[in-house]
Amino acid sequence: MDNLLLGVAGINDMWYTLPLIVAVSLVYSATRHEQVSPILVHALRIGVWIVGFMAVIFAVLTLVSTLV
Amino acid sequence: MAKSLEQLEAEKSVDLKDPALAAFLAWLIPGLGHLYQGRTAKAALFFICIMGTFVYGLSLGSSPAMGLGRVVYCSWRDGDKRLPYLCQIGVGLPALPAVVQALRVRDGKEPLFGGFMSPPPPSGHREGNDGFNEFDEYGQPTLDTLHYHLARFFELGTVFTMVAGLLNVLAIYDAWDGPVFMETTGKDEGEEQDDQSEASSDAAAV
Repeated sequence: MDNLLLGVAGINDMWYTLPLIVAVSLVYSATRHEQVSPILVHALRIGVWIVGFMAVIFAVLTLVSTLV
Repeated sequence: MAKSLEQLEAEKSVDLKDPALAAFLAWLIPGLGHLYQGRTAKAALFFICIMGTFVYGLSLGSSPAMGLGRVVYCSWRDGDKRLPYLCQIGVGLPALPAVVQALRVRDGKEPLFGGFMSPPPPSGHREGNDGFNEFDEYGQPTLDTLHYHLARFFELGTVFTMVAGLLNVLAIYDAWDGPVFMETTGKDEGEEQDDQSEASSDAAAV
């Protein structure tokens, strides 16, 4: 339970990932396309994928920390 | 994701001009290589994203008490081998003041610009019962002092500036060799093979 509380308390720091996710997804997709619209569409897809991936990892780590 | 014929044609017709010069310019200032190639939209995107990340990281690693730009510095002494700088240097000219400051500090001179991007003096220098020295004779905070006062923002700023440098490596490659074309889907490949087989059968018939 303490671990869960610590995890929730650190969520505010997770906001720092937002500009990183935006920058990384835009730059990465810009190296895959030349036109602006496909870049934006691809960046959106990558951004959602990164957030989803991080959410799954967060859930797994939280579950493990509550079990241990 | 399948692309329209217009998109593929536009991407194949990218004029890279002198790729080596473009790559060098892309390293020097993020987006400058693409501007040289006339790829204005991508130049703006790379400049805003990469420089924005770098400057934000610098601001995270700054404070009125500690000074500006403390998370980007060049150091290779015992106890403080600054490996993150290898990533930060990818951003080019904006990270180069750290080299100038490192050379000045090595020669025993006072850092310029109030210690902006200068390597912090060695930590753990104890004098009598006064505890650790927080600043050197030029008023530059030690590495311990930076960690103590900036706390987690020292690491956050370091990560942001590292990511900016690494992202610029992608931009440099894009300036050098153009966009990396996405692989076509299995269906498209199958269609291409069908088209090729049809073309070869037609040729054989003729």
